[in-house]
Amino acid sequence: MKYLSIATGLFAATTALADTPELTIYTYDSFVSDWGPGPAVEKAFEETCACDVKFVGAGDGAALLARIRLEGERSQADIVLGLDTNLTAAARDTGLFAEHSVSADYAFPLGWNDPQFVPFDWGVFAFVKNADLDAPTNFRDLGASDLRIVIQDPRSSTPGLGLLMWIKTAYGDQAPEIWEALADNIVTVTKGWSESYGLFLEGEADMVLSYTTSPAYHLIAEQDASKDAVKFSEGHYMQIEVAGKLKTSDHPELADRFLDFMVSDRFQSIIPTTNWMYPAVTPASGLPKGFETLVVPDKGLLVAPDKVQALREEALSEWLSALSR
Amino acid sequence: MAERAVAINRWPGAVAAALVAALVLGTLLAVVLRAEAGRGLGPAEWAAIRFTLVQAVLSAVISVALAIPVARALARRRFAGRGLLITLLGAPFILPVIVAVMGLIAVFGRSGLVNVALRWAGLAEISIYGLHGVVLAHVFFNLPLATRLILQGWQDIPAERFRLAAQLGFGPRDIFRTLERPMLARVLPGAGAVIFAICLSSFAVALTLGGGPRATTVELAIYQAFRFDFDLGRAALLASVQIALVGMAALIALRLSRRDTFGAGLDRPARRWDAQTATLRVTDTLWIALAALFLILPIALVLADGLPGLARLPSAVWRAAGVSLLVALGSTGLMLALALPMAVAAATGRGWLEAIGLLGIAASPLVIGTGLFIVIYPVADPVALALPVTGVVNAIMALPFALRILVPATRDVVQGYGRLSASLGLTGLLWLRLVLLPRIRRSLGFACGLTAAMSMGDLGVIALFADPETATLPLQMYRLMGAYRIEAAAGAAVLLLTLSFGLFWLMDKGGRGFADA
Repeated sequence: MKYLSIATGLFAATTALADTPELTIYTYDSFVSDWGPGPAVEKAFEETCACDVKFVGAGDGAALLARIRLEGERSQADIVLGLDTNLTAAARDTGLFAEHSVSADYAFPLGWNDPQFVPFDWGVFAFVKNADLDAPTNFRDLGASDLRIVIQDPRSSTPGLGLLMWIKTAYGDQAPEIWEALADNIVTVTKGWSESYGLFLEGEADMVLSYTTSPAYHLIAEQDASKDAVKFSEGHYMQIEVAGKLKTSDHPELADRFLDFMVSDRFQSIIPTTNWMYPAVTPASGLPKGFETLVVPDKGLLVAPDKVQALREEALSEWLSALSR
Repeated sequence: MAERAVAINRWPGAVAAALVAALVLGTLLAVVLRAEAGRGLGPAEWAAIRFTLVQAVLSAVISVALAIPVARALARRRFAGRGLLITLLGAPFILPVIVAVMGLIAVFGRSGLVNVALRWAGLAEISIYGLHGVVLAHVFFNLPLATRLILQGWQDIPAERFRLAAQLGFGPRDIFRTLERPMLARVLPGAGAVIFAICLSSFAVALTLGGGPRATTVELAIYQAFRFDFDLGRAALLASVQIALVGMAALIALRLSRRDTFGAGLDRPARRWDAQTATLRVTDTLWIALAALFLILPIALVLADGLPGLARLPSAVWRAAGVSLLVALGSTGLMLALALPMAVAAATGRGWLEAIGLLGIAASPLVIGTGLFIVIYPVADPVALALPVTGVVNAIMALPFALRILVPATRDVVQGYGRLSASLGLTGLLWLRLVLLPRIRRSLGFACGLTAAMSMGDLGVIALFADPETATLPLQMYRLMGAYRIEAAAGAAVLLLTLSFGLFWLMDKGGRGFADA
C-alpha cells in the first residue's frame, strides 16, 4: 500500500512538471481569511506537493454542506474541509464522500473511527467571561442567577447549535426546564458568533457562548489575561472539525496526501494560533504557551453523528417553545 | 392625459423591468426546480410571517410619521450647514447592518449612554431588546430615507405656489391644506411601501435586537430551511410569501398615490413667508436637532470606537476597499441603465413598472444568491464571477430606492413639460438629454449616491461565492470580527463608513450642484 502511494506520488510529481495539478479545497470562510489558517496551510502544503492549492470559502460549516449538496457530483472540489460532527451524518448521506486511510493519535477524548472524515481540529464550547466575575458552574445555577448571557441562534450558527446539543445531552428530558430557567438570563440571541462576541466585548452581557480556547486569543495575541472561560460540572459539549475527500475528485492521490498532511505536525502546529482551536493531533512541539492556562472540562460530551438529526429536531422545538414565551 | 404627451419609447423601460423580474423570479424558480419534497409551512413559519409583518408595518409607519415634521422643518428653514446636515442624515441608511447595530447599542444598550445617564440620575434602566428595539433600529435606518423622500416632495412644490399662497395671506394651516397635504398624500404611500419592503427582509437586526426566537423573521426562516434542513422548497415558498407581501404593499401604495402634480415652476428656491412665527421656528429647530442627535450620535460613537484601529489596518483590508469601490461604481452604472428607462416608462403611464422594481428588495438575498448559483454553476465557475454577480445583485437591490426617487421627479417633468416638448418635436434621446436629465439632476445624484453607498456597505451575496482574493470590504470586516480582531474590525468599519459616505456625498452633491444654491 505504502509502496503504491510512493509510486503514485512520483507519478504525480512528474506530471506536475508539465502541468501543475490544482487541489481545490472548499472550506468555511474564516479558514481562508487572511487571519485564518488558510494562507499558512496553502504555503506549507505547496512546498511539498508540487501542486497548486486553491481554497474556496463558503460561509460556515452548514453553508459548506449546502454548497456541496447544490453542486453534487459536478463539484470541482477535491476536498471539503470544515464540517463538524453535527453535519457528518448528513454529509455521508449525500454519498459524495470517499473513504480515507488516515490514522493518527488524536488528542481529543472519545476516540475516532469515521471511515469518511478525518478530524483536523477540535474545540470545547464554554461561556467566556471577564476573569474577575464569579460565575455559576452549572446550567441550573446559571438559570437561577441574575447573570446576563448572550448566545447564538442554533438555526444560523454552529456554536448556537452546540449549546442546544450541550444542554440536551447533559439534561435529556429536563432540557426544556433548563431553557425556561435560562430564558430571563439571555440578553439576546444573535445570528452568528461574531455579533455575540462583539456584544460581550461591548459590555452588553456578563458571559458569551464561545469556546474554552477564546481566552487564548486575548492572552497570546493581545497579552490580555482579563478573559477566561467557566468550567461547568455537567461536562462540556465538543466540536470536532473534519475534512473529507470527494469521490469525484480529479486528483484522488493528491487529496489523500493532503489528508495525511492535515494530521501532520506542520499543519497541526498552524491551527492553535490561527483557528484558535485545539489541534486534532498535538504537535511534537506541544501547544503554544498560554494554552496551559485554559479551562479543561472534566467530561467531554458529544452526540454520535447518526443520532444528531433526530435529537436536533427535538432540541430545537424545545428551545423555540421555551424562549418564545 | 398629459401622460401620453411625450413621444418617448417605453420599451426600454419594459425591457429593463423584464430583466429585473427575470432575475428575481428566475432565481426563485431555479431554487424551486432544484428542490426535493419538503414539509411546507408549519406553525413556526406562520408565526415568523406574522412577526415580520407586524414589525415591518410598525417600522414603516413610524419612520414615515417621524419623517414628516423633520422634512417639513428642513424644507422651511435655511441655515448654515443645512446641505451638509441633509447629507449627513443619510448616513444611517448606508451603514452596514452590524455597524449600525453596534452604534445603537453604544447609545441604547445596557452600558450605553442612555442607561449610564439613567443610572446616574437614579432612574430605572431601559432595555433595547424586544419588538421596540427592532422598530427603533429600523426607524434609525429608514428615517433618513423617509426624510429625504418627503423633503424632495416639498422641494418639488414650485416656489411660485408658495409665493401665491403668501400673496393670498395663507397661514401655515392653509398652506398645509392646499399645498402640503396633497403633496404628502402623493409621496407618503410610496415612501412607506419602500420602507415596509426593506424591513420585511430584515434578519440580523431583527434577531439581535428582538431578543431571541420570538423575533424570528421570514428571512431567518428561509435561512433555517436552507441550511438547517436543506429544504429548498420551503425556502422558495417563504421567499414567495415575502415577494407577495411586498407586491401587495406596492399595489396599495400605487393605488393611494395616484395624484396630479403641482405643475411646473421656474425652479426658484422656495421662500416661506408663512413659517416665520416664533413657535414654528422653535418646533422646527427642535425637530431638526432631535433627528440629528438620534441619527448622528450612534455613528459618531462607531467612528470614535474605530479610529484607533484605523492606523493598524492590515493591507488585505485596503485591497478589499479597492474591490468594494469597483463593485459600487459598477452597480451604480447598472442601476442607472435599469432605473432611467423604467422611471420614464413608469412616469408615462406604466406605474406598475415600479412595483416590479420593488421585487429587488422583496427577494431574499439568500434565495437570489442560491438561485444564481444554481443557474450559473452548469455553465461557468460562480467563484470567478463573484464580483460581477455581487454588482448585479446590489444594483437590483438598490433599484426600488432609485425608482422611488426618480419616478416622481420624472413624472413632474413629463406632466409639466410634456406638451411643450411634444410641440417642439423634442423626442427620444434628445428629450432625455435636454429636458429630462437636467431637470431630475438632483434626484439622479441622490439615487446614484444611495446605490453606490448601499453597494459599498452591503455584504450581499459575496459571502456565498467568495474566494480569498475577491473579498469586499464588508466581508473583510466580518472576517476580522470572526478572527477576534474586534479593534481592527472597528477600524475597517470606519474605513467603510468613510468610503460609502464619501461616494454618497460626491454623487449627491454633484446632483444638487446649483439646485440648492
